[in-house]
Amino acid sequence: MSTTTTAGPVTGTVGASYTRVEGLEKVTGAARYAGDVPAAELAHGWLVLSTVARGRIRSVESDPVRGMPGVLAVLHHGNAPRVDGNYIGMLGRPDPIVEVFQHDRVPFVGWPVALVVAETTEQAREAAEALVVRYDEEPHDVAFSAGHAGIYTPDGDGMLVEKGDLAAELAASVHVVDAEYTTPEEHHGTMEPHAAMARWDGGRLEVVDSNQGSMWVAQELAKLFSLDPASVRVRSEHIGGAFGSKGVRVHQILAVMAATVLDRPVRVVMTRRQMFSLVGYRSPTAQRVRLGADADGRLRALDHQAHSLTSTVHEFVEASAGFGRPMYAADAHRSVNRVVRLDVPTPTFMRAPGEAPGSFALESALDELAERCGMDPIALRARNEPDVGPVSGLPFGSRNLLACFDEGARRFGWADRDPRPGVRREGRWLLGTGTAAATFPVIVAPSTAAVTAEADGTFTVRIGASDVGTGARTALTLLAAEALDVAGERVHVRIGDSDFGPAAISGGSMGTRSWGWAVTAAGRDLREQLALGGDIPPQGITVRSDTSAAVGSLTQKERHSFGAQFAEVAVDVTTGEVRVRRMLGVFAAGRIVNPLTARSQFVGGMIWGLSMALHEEAIRDQATGGHVGADLAGYHFAANADVPLIEADWVDDPDADDPVGIKGIGEIGIVGAAAAVANAVWHATGVRHRHLPIRPDRVLSAGAPAEGDGDA
Amino acid sequence: MKEFGYERVFDVPAAVALLDADPDARCLGGGTNLVDLMKTGVERPARLVDVRELPLGEIELTPDGGLRIGATVTNSDLAAHPDVRRRYPMLAQAVLAGASGQLRNMATVGGNLLQRTRCGYFTDLAKPCNKRTPGSGCPAIEGEHHNAAILGASAHCVAVHPSDMGVALAALDAVVAYETADGPGELALAEFYVPVGETPHVETALPPGALITAVILPPAPVAALSRYRKVRERASYAFAIGSVAAALDVRDGAVHEVRLAFGAVASRPWRAREAERVLTGGPATAEAFAAAADAELAAAETLPHNGYKVTLMRNLVVAVLTELAEEAAR
Repeated sequence: MSTTTTAGPVTGTVGASYTRVEGLEKVTGAARYAGDVPAAELAHGWLVLSTVARGRIRSVESDPVRGMPGVLAVLHHGNAPRVDGNYIGMLGRPDPIVEVFQHDRVPFVGWPVALVVAETTEQAREAAEALVVRYDEEPHDVAFSAGHAGIYTPDGDGMLVEKGDLAAELAASVHVVDAEYTTPEEHHGTMEPHAAMARWDGGRLEVVDSNQGSMWVAQELAKLFSLDPASVRVRSEHIGGAFGSKGVRVHQILAVMAATVLDRPVRVVMTRRQMFSLVGYRSPTAQRVRLGADADGRLRALDHQAHSLTSTVHEFVEASAGFGRPMYAADAHRSVNRVVRLDVPTPTFMRAPGEAPGSFALESALDELAERCGMDPIALRARNEPDVGPVSGLPFGSRNLLACFDEGARRFGWADRDPRPGVRREGRWLLGTGTAAATFPVIVAPSTAAVTAEADGTFTVRIGASDVGTGARTALTLLAAEALDVAGERVHVRIGDSDFGPAAISGGSMGTRSWGWAVTAAGRDLREQLALGGDIPPQGITVRSDTSAAVGSLTQKERHSFGAQFAEVAVDVTTGEVRVRRMLGVFAAGRIVNPLTARSQFVGGMIWGLSMALHEEAIRDQATGGHVGADLAGYHFAANADVPLIEADWVDDPDADDPVGIKGIGEIGIVGAAAAVANAVWHATGVRHRHLPIRPDRVLSAGAPAEGDGDA
Repeated sequence: MKEFGYERVFDVPAAVALLDADPDARCLGGGTNLVDLMKTGVERPARLVDVRELPLGEIELTPDGGLRIGATVTNSDLAAHPDVRRRYPMLAQAVLAGASGQLRNMATVGGNLLQRTRCGYFTDLAKPCNKRTPGSGCPAIEGEHHNAAILGASAHCVAVHPSDMGVALAALDAVVAYETADGPGELALAEFYVPVGETPHVETALPPGALITAVILPPAPVAALSRYRKVRERASYAFAIGSVAAALDVRDGAVHEVRLAFGAVASRPWRAREAERVLTGGPATAEAFAAAADAELAAAETLPHNGYKVTLMRNLVVAVLTELAEEAAR
């Protein structure tokens, strides 16, 4: 159950609630997802993944399998078409897994070693499971810790940022918090698995996929297969969740390989278990935070050291240490991200990468500092509110963090809170409340859009956007209608097609800001043209926009969304059960386009945070290097019964200097939510929990807090 | 996919004949566990005998005042039955603590007894498991074992039984009735599940080709005041990390009769007979409850990551028995 006070009447203008335009299709099953789209002569590919964590493939014994019913091909490193992964893509050099089946090395459990293609999925699967692959195994290392000998600080922007004399400021501090926090390996767990169908059609490669950027995937496929970019078309009409996992993945590449070899359409769908090793995940983190403050809570020193893991084939850094850089004024700042290469799959962007685990550590540490200083946690944050970017010195675009706390505290009833921990009991439950701050950067990327005035009086918008389930299509409908000054019902938005031209991907919470800018620009131009009068020809009148120049001329500023998270929990310390009773999130996230779907995004993010605090954890078996319980029975996230009253709302957050005003809301809902829950658990029990998830066994084993130190 | 035979049966003799003729045949009830395991290849029966249409869907009073629960009664119907709710409340609570509404509508009593462990090694064909592939080893002992057994396990397997219903049945002295080609038979629940020992793949004492026909609950007036409490890592839709089924009859401040069984601590529902022995005739106090729990758990053998279960079970016993004692005093 969740509510909001600002969802207004359902009309058709920006800022008023508008039902999802494809909602009826989705709830009636008419919406086709990538795994559903029919094709004549469709063949089906089934992945075979390595069962060893490190070594070489000695043999793929495909002969017996090729004779099985329906089997059309067994692709592997010995016979697969060659691809070229030596290119620079949108995100830089690609993860070498794109060069799938190009060599015999196995760098982790779950590495693709073969694709069996057959007439039906059942036949492909039967043969795939019968396929014998032999390996020369090598010793592996999957044991992550901050103290691992292989830890290093990567090159690159933002890995190490320093300001001031940290040691001197820590030495001069009256209060010092020095604590270590860990978060486990977490997975995106999209409801829709990764699926792609590829076929050649009149010399053109067509891919029906589920992704966060069709143009992105099309361009990388073109590079990988050495094709003319114009000869590749990728479409992604409906997407059942992505959260950072739906970029360039092996299912698209293998579908293209198989369709090329067999010269017929081929679809590859991942199983849930395969997704655990093939679509990325959030690295576990081990973080150390040191805060030094004066007696009155003013921060002198903020030190955040974050450790994560990556694979041996590609460097991805879960940059958790950057969370505090725009947040708190301190005389000395140091934040460093370090990483270690292990024999595991490459992690990737997962909803609020960096900010989600980073906020857990820093916002927990601030709660600990508030306790040391004898201050209210909100007052501590207010005391350290910066005038300009604490590290950058740049002005803020808009910063309404304290407004979020003020409104949140009022609605949550924070003023009545007894700060003492462990003193509220209701039957077997100890009760507590906690709070934490949230922030997420405001990002924008150049986009192109085309808006057509049709002869029948409707308008068609074409943009290479993707609606990963957020309501982006609906938001763009509203923005186009606003720019055109027409009712939303007259606007049809078409997205998810690489033929629509370059556009931002759905990632970094930048989709609606980036696409909305392009749609608004084209829509306004078209409205001005139409205002001149005249008939609309049968082919309509189309106006195109490209925001490259406008994006490039944005002034340098600290642009962020902010938020205040509140949670109330009940803890039974005799059984270890922790139940969230209510949560409230108040956000300052620019202009809210569609309150109905925006609220869902905030609430969904907060549920992710609740789930991160209490449930989610992928377990890696040290002996085999693979997961234990790599399915939704083994990987727990919050069930409905775990999700209580969750409210999300927002405050006005205008930025007069910003040409768009939309900030993006896809990720900030999760940021700080886990810390708010953990801080509430401390308030309930008096025990600090610095390791997620706060499982029953951890609560049970924590016992009572030691005097002067609440270490869990 | 691996092909298998499927036959729906409408009477018990037909079912027994099919099961007797084919040692690789398995009964299909609600399919809520078996079908999942077939999808992942953990179970590969040659033939499914669909027993849902057998005339075993009734719950009847027995002449001695107990209940006879047909093997194909669904979990939902079992939990909703007035006599179950009134006379054996712990059983209704246990069933409702498991799975989800949709699953309970499908799952059957017979199938519930025979469901397999959810140990992550058992369900993953890429990993060794003595229960799935005898002799391949038990990686849980050195690996992931937060939810592993603390009682009655062996060096060959530390998996726990997943059933909630079974815990209540253990406390209620339930008897499993079955039919074979050689005639009917009965097994007390205590004998129905066999110790792990060196053969973790052998889970029950059911003779080959047997069809479970019913679960019989003897009369148990003590169970009128009873409770099932389950602890899990989220509020619903998860298997227990520890559970307790308890019934208590207190007279003049002393324990006249007590029933106690534990879930998620062993390869089978664990009847806590030592705790019952210690409690019977003694005072109904929190101290006595704790001492009884300690007596039962003295035999516990823990691994590096499941030691918390000893504390959890002790606390659960004290909490649930205290609650029942307070209720009895009202």
